[in-house]
Amino acid sequence: MEKGHNFYNRIKAKGVSRRDFMKFCTFLTATMGLSAAYVSKVAQVFAAPSSQRPPVIWLHFAECTGCSEATLRTMYPWIDELLLEVLSMEYHETIMAAAGRQAEEQLHAAVEKHKGKFICVCEGAVGTKFNGGYGKMGGRTFLEIAKEICPQAAAVVCIGQCSSFGGIQAAAPNLGGWKGVGEALGIKTINIAGCPPNPVNFVGTIVNYLLFGKLPAVDDLGRPLFAYGKTIHDQCPRRSHFENEEFVEEFGSPEAAMGYCLYKVGCRGPETYNNCPVAKFNDGTSWPVEAGHPCLGCSEPNFWDKMTPFYEPL
Amino acid sequence: MGKRITIDPITRIEGHLRIEVEVEGGKVVNAWSSGTLFRGIEVILQGRDPRDAHHFVQRSCGVCTYVHALASVRAVDDAVGIKVPANARLIRNLLNGAQYQHDHIVHFYHLHALDWVDIVSALKADPAKTAALADNTSNAPWGGRQYFKNVQVRLQTFVDSGQLGPFANAYWGHSAYQLPPEANLMAAAHYIEALRMQAKAARMHAIFGGKNPHPQSLVVGGVTSVADLTPDRIAEFLYITKETQDFVKNVYIPDLLAVASFYKEWGGIGGCTNFLTYGEFPSSEQEPESFYIPRGIIRKRDLGKIEMVDQQKVTEDVTRSWYVKSEPKHPFEGETRPIEENPQYDPDKGQYSWAKAPRYDGLPCEVGPLARVLVAYAKGHAEIKAGVESTLKQLDIPASALFSTLGRTAARGLEAVAIGEAMQGWVTELVENLKNGDTRTYQPYEMPESASGVGLNDVPRGALGHWIRIEDGKIGNYQYVVPSTWNLGPRDGAGNLSPVEEALIGTPVADPQKPLEVLRTVHSFDPCLACAIHVIDPHSNEVYKIKVV
Repeated sequence: MEKGHNFYNRIKAKGVSRRDFMKFCTFLTATMGLSAAYVSKVAQVFAAPSSQRPPVIWLHFAECTGCSEATLRTMYPWIDELLLEVLSMEYHETIMAAAGRQAEEQLHAAVEKHKGKFICVCEGAVGTKFNGGYGKMGGRTFLEIAKEICPQAAAVVCIGQCSSFGGIQAAAPNLGGWKGVGEALGIKTINIAGCPPNPVNFVGTIVNYLLFGKLPAVDDLGRPLFAYGKTIHDQCPRRSHFENEEFVEEFGSPEAAMGYCLYKVGCRGPETYNNCPVAKFNDGTSWPVEAGHPCLGCSEPNFWDKMTPFYEPL
Repeated sequence: MGKRITIDPITRIEGHLRIEVEVEGGKVVNAWSSGTLFRGIEVILQGRDPRDAHHFVQRSCGVCTYVHALASVRAVDDAVGIKVPANARLIRNLLNGAQYQHDHIVHFYHLHALDWVDIVSALKADPAKTAALADNTSNAPWGGRQYFKNVQVRLQTFVDSGQLGPFANAYWGHSAYQLPPEANLMAAAHYIEALRMQAKAARMHAIFGGKNPHPQSLVVGGVTSVADLTPDRIAEFLYITKETQDFVKNVYIPDLLAVASFYKEWGGIGGCTNFLTYGEFPSSEQEPESFYIPRGIIRKRDLGKIEMVDQQKVTEDVTRSWYVKSEPKHPFEGETRPIEENPQYDPDKGQYSWAKAPRYDGLPCEVGPLARVLVAYAKGHAEIKAGVESTLKQLDIPASALFSTLGRTAARGLEAVAIGEAMQGWVTELVENLKNGDTRTYQPYEMPESASGVGLNDVPRGALGHWIRIEDGKIGNYQYVVPSTWNLGPRDGAGNLSPVEEALIGTPVADPQKPLEVLRTVHSFDPCLACAIHVIDPHSNEVYKIKVV
């Protein structure tokens, strides 16, 4: 490869072998559900001369910042690579140096410069009661900000339950009239579901966009099929216990120690679409069921009301 | 009449914060802190299953992940009347300790550092001189001329692209930046290393908690992660603890001291008056006696007099907050409701924040690392005392410098070291229990029809209390008073400024168009506004007597 400011040369300079780089591309490709033939194409996405990295504007509404934090945990690629070599994070309140007026100027300059071309990532729900007055930034409501900026994006990617479907604040009695961005604005959004989502699903979506120039196939809730096409139940390593009717009935029991099925203590796996058992979290370390706790159904709309009480079986 | 400056949004925090200051003669003479988002989690909890509460409240914050879940299960454990088995207590402590480590590393590098470190100046540094500086100040495992040259090239490439991303339109070149280019390059390199370290450190939560953010292995009665009590899994956890602790001792602390040495005048800026900590990390069922970090209150900076905490003296005042008027009430009393309209911002005479104003005996109190370090220091805590004395000596500053932005920032690092060391002891204890055949992680219980409970905790940002009342087996009333509410709330009805408002008075502002100095103090509190504003107290006419602790 020629010398230049490309991603591959930079990681090579840091001692990442070509082998490791291809392993990473293979992992990402497999997670995205693409065939092995696409591995080299994914590699090219990251190796492409970065004369212009794709612009991303990240908006925070009514949220807990868990989705930003989840993204910070990415190891494929590392977050520093994502920020310095792959994307251009034009606006992100959690990490940006500028504040106040300078931050707002940067937001408007980025929207203007990349009109129609930026990916708008939304984290957090939009309030609709009292003219959206329960949530403001820079003196304007989230509703106003979303209405101004989202329509100017090439695509709106909602990361997490709050921006996708309303999230925790939309749980009954929903005092602020909180809604997902798509519903609040009446637009189509791609919804990376989960509370928070596995960053692999978010990064996979972005890579799909960089590779194909469009967003991946989604289900009727706007969730990418490569991650949300199957239920937890259908991918669960404890499934044979379910089939054999071997259940945990109380935490701390011998059955719990034997890793039996958590259905009877409230597992929502059968009704939840996500890839947690397969992708696992934090570099494949674990996931709730492996940690002995039932699935909450956190990638399903309104799970706070529909999946509760969490410890009563379905 | 001074000049009013508004900073909204405050960035590099969690949540939505607006800070307004009045500057006269180049210094801040008045300040107002305003939380601009209200979600309503306490109301949402009413009528729900008490066992579910910790999942809901954990979503108060994804930066302060885990801590609300911990406080919640402790409050419900208390209501139900059980003590969790030793292994569960240890695992809960380990997850809390891991959160401290992770949170403080990310705070120093990714939320606070850019107030002190000029990234653009790093491009002018001499890599060889940077390597020499690093050799002298840091024990980081990476270094050398080529290493720093590579970092510089990477940053230069980034800047040359014209797409400055998170570094765009900031305060580079501001006169208040005082580090030489080599120190800026060293800090920038470590900023990048810390971005990777935090992802690795988060695996501690994933081992005993299934995932991070929002670990999912706590339950009322204990923890569920029984499959992770194997030698290899515990060894994995220990390995990451040690790696993280190495980073804290060899990179974070040296960087903290190196940067602080150029900003010693900040030992006289940004101080508060009263300090509160509930204490944390129980080493037995005796609370608070067995806490590794002790409980206590300091009034008027008097380290000679540490008071015991009487949590009946905690009240929340809503006079200057967007709620229906009410007298200040203890968390379990009274009736408060958010105003049902688009709020009008009136810092001069009226309501100006969604945060309430917690007070102890009517006094505003700083909570967080500095409060913990001061109480521990005053009580003769061996590790904290040694850390404080070594820091004061190395920086050649007096003890009075602790009551400041610099003191607060240094305290955050010091406690990270102490807690990291303690964590390794807790792992050893866990292993000993398992070797001795005690594998219990859960205490079975019956949910009472009616009961009340409280969990007092100290988490990375400060003192955290959760109160629950159970009625007909459901949540009748749930209240939490959170560190950032203490630190970043508004004035109270008596006119007392909140800690951040008091701390900002006297801050020099060289250029009102670029209030970098204001950000330094605000960030030193490690604000989390999603935590600070979780919302209204549910309607209650009953007076509840909290046990005096």
